[in-house]
Amino acid sequence: MNKAFNLVLFLSRSCSIWSRNIRVWGKLAGPSLMGNFGEPLLYLLVLGYGLGKFVGEVEGLSYMAFLASGVLCTSAVNSASFEGMYSAYTRMDVQQTWMGMLATPIGVAEVVFGEILWAATKSLISVCAILIVATALGLVENAWAILILPIAFITGLCFSSLALLVTSYAKSYDFFLYYTTLFITPMVLLSGVFFPIDTLPDGVQVLAKAMPLYHAISLVRPLMTGGEVSSIFLHLSVLIMFGGFAAVLATERIKKRLIK
Amino acid sequence: MRFNLNHRFNPYHLMNSVNSPSAVVEATNLSKIYDNTAVVDQLNLTIESGSFCGILGPNGAGKTTTLRMFIGHCPIDGGELSIFGQSMPKNASLVRESVGVVPQMDNLDPDFTVRENLHVYGRFFGISSKVLDQRIVELLEFSSLQEKADSKISELSGGMRRRLTLARALINKPKLLILDEPTTGLDPQARQAIWQKLRELKKQGLTLILTTHYMEEAERLCDRVIVMDHGKVMADSPPKKLIRDEIESHVLEVHAANESLVESLKQDPSIARFEKSGDIHFFYGDKLKFALDALENSSHDDYLFRPANLEDVFIKLTGRDLRE
Repeated sequence: MNKAFNLVLFLSRSCSIWSRNIRVWGKLAGPSLMGNFGEPLLYLLVLGYGLGKFVGEVEGLSYMAFLASGVLCTSAVNSASFEGMYSAYTRMDVQQTWMGMLATPIGVAEVVFGEILWAATKSLISVCAILIVATALGLVENAWAILILPIAFITGLCFSSLALLVTSYAKSYDFFLYYTTLFITPMVLLSGVFFPIDTLPDGVQVLAKAMPLYHAISLVRPLMTGGEVSSIFLHLSVLIMFGGFAAVLATERIKKRLIK
Repeated sequence: MRFNLNHRFNPYHLMNSVNSPSAVVEATNLSKIYDNTAVVDQLNLTIESGSFCGILGPNGAGKTTTLRMFIGHCPIDGGELSIFGQSMPKNASLVRESVGVVPQMDNLDPDFTVRENLHVYGRFFGISSKVLDQRIVELLEFSSLQEKADSKISELSGGMRRRLTLARALINKPKLLILDEPTTGLDPQARQAIWQKLRELKKQGLTLILTTHYMEEAERLCDRVIVMDHGKVMADSPPKKLIRDEIESHVLEVHAANESLVESLKQDPSIARFEKSGDIHFFYGDKLKFALDALENSSHDDYLFRPANLEDVFIKLTGRDLRE
């Protein structure tokens, strides 16, 4: 009984952080949504048409259809990562917004969880935009594609947790370049966004499969193109394990950093 | 003034209150150690309900660290602390439900208007929007910000921002208000406006704890002044009593005097204490009649004879060395 009450309290406090953030987002929703719709549209059209001409079919799909699911997952990763690094750092350090929150009954774990929820919501928003664009371009095979949304949200949870872990170590915005250059960019290039990973040497394939983006794409691509989804449990657990560990570590690190 | 401080009845607070129920803060041998240095060193402190307590001290004296411990923003390395009878930091979240905080550094939300800042902050306490709408009207009036309700934070002056931060700290109808240098950087008008608000709150029975570098502020507002240095309490009493007990009644400041004049002034038998800082000589005593006569008779006119104040006590207790 008491435990259930505490859980409800935890969630409602995290939600007050989330709703503060969405309220800020609402003020700038116009340009933000334009970015969400415009960027994937450009990628899909330019790379899909341009490169697609040379590439032809990939795994029995038009290149644009193959690319769409990759671009969608990449967007989920980027939205959550940006929010969990640059925006969260602004609130933690530059604006001291978190210290303000912590002067209320809210604790560090609730702030961190609220931020993770919010960054994942941003992933969801951008993925919705891409799904609409992809549907308009005729790249979505059937209604099962709607299941992409919860997967995108889980992907967002995973990458926002990782981003907050990075933020917990950050001393300035420049620090995030280590993470994006050394982790995010190689991961995007190797995880089957632009080409199937079986063209890569075995060692590199193992590396790609050890990173969470590959697993998100493995779930999203068949859902979008009407293929068969396999190893659901494995793919989901990789995303959840990465996210869970990162969230716990990030909370501990941020607690040490702020409550000292 | 219609801002009402009747508190929600909370049986939890009563059940757990310890032997002295009127004590808001009770610290016993409270310590905080950073890098092998005690920033707060075995502090013993009781703050009664309804008092307005000022904490003075040079930079690095441990004032802010002490306040941070009061709200659970700083782990305790030794001793015990209870707020409203609740042991800290274990019950920090519960305690913060009834505490308002005005931090040293403004952390208002720049993305929101004045009204939105109050609303969003109230939601962090879990207060319903309906209750908040009413309370925000009261708080905007209290802080004289009605005209600015829909302005962005960037359009506010420094004084308005501080008043908004104060209003925000009252959104949960706190029983204890903690203010860390609330008037630093404000012009005299803005500072006096804040002082007036704080006096109103004190009149309503709120317990206030404030840190400041302005002796005048502590002297005017506080009914109790605690001087801290090196994490320890150096003095603790009402400001008037502090001046009466800790220091001679008058100070003679002689600026840029030559050696022979200083020597002749020192002959005054009523001088209790003498200090030199830069080219200023300070003579402390009650009448200092001989020294004053000597100055009258000399051609030197760059001097000041005045009653001792809190700043003199502060300097006496904490020294003249710069703290950086």
